[in-house]
Amino acid sequence: MHEKTYEQRLADFEARVARGEKVEPGDWMPDEYRKNLIRMIGQHAHSEIVGQLPEGKWIPYAPGFRRKLTLIAKVQDEAGHGQLLYTAAETLGKSREEMMEELLAGKAKYANVFNYPTPTWADVGVIGWLVDTSAVINQTMLAQGSYGPYARAMKRICYEESFHIKQGYDAIVALANGTPEQRQMAQDAINRWWYPTLMMSGPPDSLSAHTQQSMRWRIKTKSNEQVRQEFVDHIVPQIRALGLDVPDKDCYHDEKTGHYHYTQPDWEELKRVVNGGGPCNAERLAARRKAHEEGRWVREALAAKRTQNPASG
Amino acid sequence: MMDTQWETYEVFHQSKRGEAHVHVGSVHAPDPEMALQLARDQFARRLKCVSLWVVRTKDITATDYQNESFFAQVTDKSYRDPKAFEAPDKNSPHES
Repeated sequence: MHEKTYEQRLADFEARVARGEKVEPGDWMPDEYRKNLIRMIGQHAHSEIVGQLPEGKWIPYAPGFRRKLTLIAKVQDEAGHGQLLYTAAETLGKSREEMMEELLAGKAKYANVFNYPTPTWADVGVIGWLVDTSAVINQTMLAQGSYGPYARAMKRICYEESFHIKQGYDAIVALANGTPEQRQMAQDAINRWWYPTLMMSGPPDSLSAHTQQSMRWRIKTKSNEQVRQEFVDHIVPQIRALGLDVPDKDCYHDEKTGHYHYTQPDWEELKRVVNGGGPCNAERLAARRKAHEEGRWVREALAAKRTQNPASG
Repeated sequence: MMDTQWETYEVFHQSKRGEAHVHVGSVHAPDPEMALQLARDQFARRLKCVSLWVVRTKDITATDYQNESFFAQVTDKSYRDPKAFEAPDKNSPHES
């Protein structure tokens, strides 16, 4: 049997993807597909890991025991999602250790939103409600993607994220129905998070380096603009139903398109924040490095146990 | 050089006695015992679970996706399917 040419392999691969079949780790795939997925899944994993920090800070101060337990569970989920995603990326040939090293060295990118501060309890609620709604819309789309291990991880993650949204929404509903000060606190947090959350779906399609190729190979099945519009259409009526405001004077339902019109965020800000220049990038990395160092004795103890008792490992 | 590149273990989850163990993903762990602990935290922290298996990923022998002929059916094997038979249902021992 003679070897297939690159063109034949590529045609087979694209036909499989076009049929809606999943690609699995042992399959032949174009280098660009592999690289693009490693980049995306790695960034996604880092986002989950760093995403523990802005909310984790509030665990000691959560109002009430039930909300404290809920927040601990949410942060634990994020650690779990990070691990699921690292193992998915590893199936493409990059080790978790390499990815962790890049994160700790400040060379890896992750979601813009986790580089903003969480000065009040309402920020925790708004992250769950707004940021996680945006994340679920994106991840439901990614669960339809062509790479099997990533799609499988997305299904599990989306299920858990729906709990994250609910708990965040519940926290904001409590504030919205509370004292004038509490309502204001909820409104201020929405004002802080509105534009960063819009940016989270990525740059507009005209500025996005990867969208076209990613859609052709079904790494993504919707463009950044589509995901962002879905988020806006979903969240604006929810915010207004609580008697709170969308911090955009030019946000209205456009009868012609059937969608909400909204003001574009500052795309230069997105670039700056993703490339390390956001308000909390340095703080987040310092916290990750500290956690890594403080966990070293645990890793050493486990390694020592394995040497002592090689039969078990 | 870091110290975090542990081996991976594939995790199989049984939700209820009588059900099959189903593959749910993998964990990094320094040994099988820790793999079970981490698998519980990762895959059994919500839904009911009565048993977990972990297997070193490298100990799994698998077919190759490229080798599709492994599963090719050279002859018509429809006779293996109950739908291939047209005997009247009323004679079936399963009908009440």
